[in-house]
Amino acid sequence: MSEASSNARRELIRVENLSKNFGKLRVLQEISESIREGEVVSIIGPSGSGKSTFLRCLNLLEKPSSGRVIFEDVDLSGKHVNVDKHRQKIGMVFQLFNVFPHLTVRQNITLAPTLEKKLPKDEANRRAEELLARVGLLDKRDEYPDRLSGGQKQRLAIVRALAMDPDVILFDEPTSALDPEMVGEVLDVIKALAQTGMTIVIVTHEMGFAREVSDRVLFMDEGRIAEQGSPEDIFKNAQNPRTVEFLSKVL
Amino acid sequence: MQLEKIPAILERYGMVFLEGLGGTLWFSLISVAFAVFFGTILAVMRLSRVKLFEGFVDVYLWIIRGTPILLQLYFFWLGLPRLLHMELSNETCIVAALIINASAYVCEVIRAGIQAVDSGQTEAAKSLGMSDFNAMTRIILPQAIKNILPALGNEFIVMVKQTSLASVFFVHELMTAQKTVQSATFQPMPSLIIAGLIYLAVTTVLTFCLRFFERRLHKSERSIV
Repeated sequence: MSEASSNARRELIRVENLSKNFGKLRVLQEISESIREGEVVSIIGPSGSGKSTFLRCLNLLEKPSSGRVIFEDVDLSGKHVNVDKHRQKIGMVFQLFNVFPHLTVRQNITLAPTLEKKLPKDEANRRAEELLARVGLLDKRDEYPDRLSGGQKQRLAIVRALAMDPDVILFDEPTSALDPEMVGEVLDVIKALAQTGMTIVIVTHEMGFAREVSDRVLFMDEGRIAEQGSPEDIFKNAQNPRTVEFLSKVL
Repeated sequence: MQLEKIPAILERYGMVFLEGLGGTLWFSLISVAFAVFFGTILAVMRLSRVKLFEGFVDVYLWIIRGTPILLQLYFFWLGLPRLLHMELSNETCIVAALIINASAYVCEVIRAGIQAVDSGQTEAAKSLGMSDFNAMTRIILPQAIKNILPALGNEFIVMVKQTSLASVFFVHELMTAQKTVQSATFQPMPSLIIAGLIYLAVTTVLTFCLRFFERRLHKSERSIV
């Protein structure tokens, strides 16, 4: 995506001077950044650089110490904001899947839409089956998650998020806890999702993936976005010595 | 020790012991049942991150767990009628005290059970936009029950023994029955031994049930609900 067309798109998330402290530790330092509709943004960087914390601040799973997170023109960090309502539009996929073990595959998907969006049961079920078919899990719909492999659990977690019809999905190292042979199947699902025009923010260690599907790559270091640009800029032409050093270690 | 008198006493006063046992089980059951209700509320308050609620529960636990239950029974027996300005039966006062007491322990059991559920589950529920209430009732509690139920069974067994303290106030339960028989027969040891054997039988059966139940819970990785 060229710079011009990406600027033309609606701003979905805007972060202003976002800081986060854990006790005395400053994890995020005055970050300002925007995510536009339809963008696929990868966040890379060394461990402890604040990537996951930054991502978790975007849906207020982590409460910012200062600064603002504005989603679709609403300041989520403001007082008297019903964060739950807005979170319905911000899907999230976790490193450790966090599927609900006491619910069947299908119930994992239908619970939140029927409870929070009052979607009729049969429609929720129909939609769940549609989504499960999309990720090749339809035959598992009545199983419990303990019968699924890691890759299958993560695919379930992705469609569970999709069932809420979010405007953006946040991925927090979605393949880091997977056996190597299962990484591909999950990345394929995310890739297919990117092709549908879904807005995606993904924290990842899969550099090949970041390079291939991202519109933009953010390199984080010590709680700041140290460098950003197109995959081309970052992976072939990094300017910041920290970026160069990091990439030389992981590539 | 006049043990040879046991059969005769049993024959004559068997019903007294049985009725006493009935009272014991009834008081235990009703105390634990209400304690589960109040304990759940207290546990949720304790985990609410609302300072006022947290403080209230902390003080409650501090007092109840830091004073002897017998003192609490006296306190309610004497204090509750005055506080409410009405006539209350001994049973009512004692059951109220038992509930207040057990709620503290059940609160801790439930809190521990809730906290043992992986925090990722709450995060997943919240990330889907679920309200705190729905996340708690649909995601966390159904999983916490697996941790909570065995401990609640234990609490019930403890309660079966604890209700014996109510005999101080001549509330109708097994230990009071034992006292009654003692004073009717002028034979302290036989009725003590009979009551002891009944307690042992009940706690043994309950312990076995609990073990069986726990094993079944462990077998299925899923929740039982």
